[in-house]
Amino acid sequence: MFEKNTSEQTASEKTVPDDAARTDRTAVSIRHLSKSFDGVEVLRDVDLEVREGDVVTILGSSGSGKSTLLRCINWLEQPDSGSIHIGGQRIGVNDAGRPMPVRELAQVRARTGMVFQSFNLWPHLNVLHNVTEAPIYVLGKSKAEAEAHARELLEKVGMSAKANAYPSTLSGGQKQRVAIARALAMQPEVMLFDEPTSALDPELVGEVLAVIKDLSAEGYTMIIVTHEMAFSRAVSDKVVFLDKGLIIEQADPETFFTNPSTERVRKFLEREVI
Amino acid sequence: MSNWEILWSARDQFWRGFFSTMEIFGLSISAAFAIGCGMLYLLEGSRPRLTVPLRVFIDGMRMLPFLILAYLLYYGLPAFDVRLDAWWSGVGALAVYHGCYFAEIFRGARLTFPPGQVEAAKAHGFTKGKMFFRLILPQIVMQTRPLLGNQLIYALKDTAFLVIITVQELTAAANSLSGTYFIPTEAFIVVIGFYWVVSVVMEIIIKQCGRFSAKRGFDNV
Repeated sequence: MFEKNTSEQTASEKTVPDDAARTDRTAVSIRHLSKSFDGVEVLRDVDLEVREGDVVTILGSSGSGKSTLLRCINWLEQPDSGSIHIGGQRIGVNDAGRPMPVRELAQVRARTGMVFQSFNLWPHLNVLHNVTEAPIYVLGKSKAEAEAHARELLEKVGMSAKANAYPSTLSGGQKQRVAIARALAMQPEVMLFDEPTSALDPELVGEVLAVIKDLSAEGYTMIIVTHEMAFSRAVSDKVVFLDKGLIIEQADPETFFTNPSTERVRKFLEREVI
Repeated sequence: MSNWEILWSARDQFWRGFFSTMEIFGLSISAAFAIGCGMLYLLEGSRPRLTVPLRVFIDGMRMLPFLILAYLLYYGLPAFDVRLDAWWSGVGALAVYHGCYFAEIFRGARLTFPPGQVEAAKAHGFTKGKMFFRLILPQIVMQTRPLLGNQLIYALKDTAFLVIITVQELTAAANSLSGTYFIPTEAFIVVIGFYWVVSVVMEIIIKQCGRFSAKRGFDNV
């Protein structure tokens, strides 16, 4: 269902070939990241490199620290130690080693786009304005420019017909597609997906995964926390497995799913239907 | 000449009182709304040096009878060499008193505001001010619409207290006519009519605003 680089993909699905999009430049660099909540270690000395154009999926059982890792990347969670660089710029801490001023932190955050499990659309704004709000009020774009870009993005996620609808009238899958367009509108260097399909009915999962798959074909750098094994296998350049806050395996999808190097991953995969 | 005819001949006095009441009400309730929004903004975040005194002030005002506050501003402030005329004392008292009620209404709604929306705003690079005024406050106002409607009616009725500090408003007009011609029942019935009409109009406006909110999914309140 989620084959990557197959001949069945249309030209529009693959406007930028993967190999051209991928470079050796690092989009996200995480070093020695640790985080605990009330004395419970959730992340332990995590190292992760994500190259530009790569799609990295993070797998692991519930409570393994996947979402916390993702939320640390844009500083929604503040790590206890370690460093995170986005496009070469450190987030959360300035050059002098002091906490980053709020305004500067907001600017670095805006270099990432985040899609949440529960969508988190702003219900008082219609679909179009959900997408234009941050470009206008954070990036300082003109209303006309933001709207033109928003309409392109809504077209891309198949939501242009609902531009004037309010979130309360949309299905979960539609809300999530709007949330993806909203994040893309910031023209982020990296997209972060925090279990984007976990809150959806099984029937609606496919439409959201199809959009994310299209984005991967376009060369977007993405880090995706997911429980969708088939999707992970089809879309990833690298699969990362977290267990009790430790990355115990990271490999290309074929190796990861067919020949994992750890017993823990093998057991995890045995329980999943691929 | 019947009592009603006497009142009809003195209708200009009622109208002057009515317009004065509406002027006081409009100005003070606008200021109160701004004060409530400002206080909510200051209560955002966790700075106890600011939030604790603010909460004490809000609670203190809510536990104070309005009339005492009006007395304090009009009769008490001159002791500190601050002299406000009756009209400004009244407007000031109404604005501060109802501003604190607005703040408390907003604060209650803010406590149940979905944290995911704030996270989404942060993730999209919003700073505190823009997030508050663009995303949080509009939703809080829509969500608390029925309570705000109630507060508007309370504030309108509280303008009647200002007669005690000699403000020439609607109740003062009725009081004066009642004293001059000794027709308290009819004079105050007319005043009740004025307050009812204004309240009903406000209720209709608030209900119309409800359609705006309901369209956005805020019809559960």
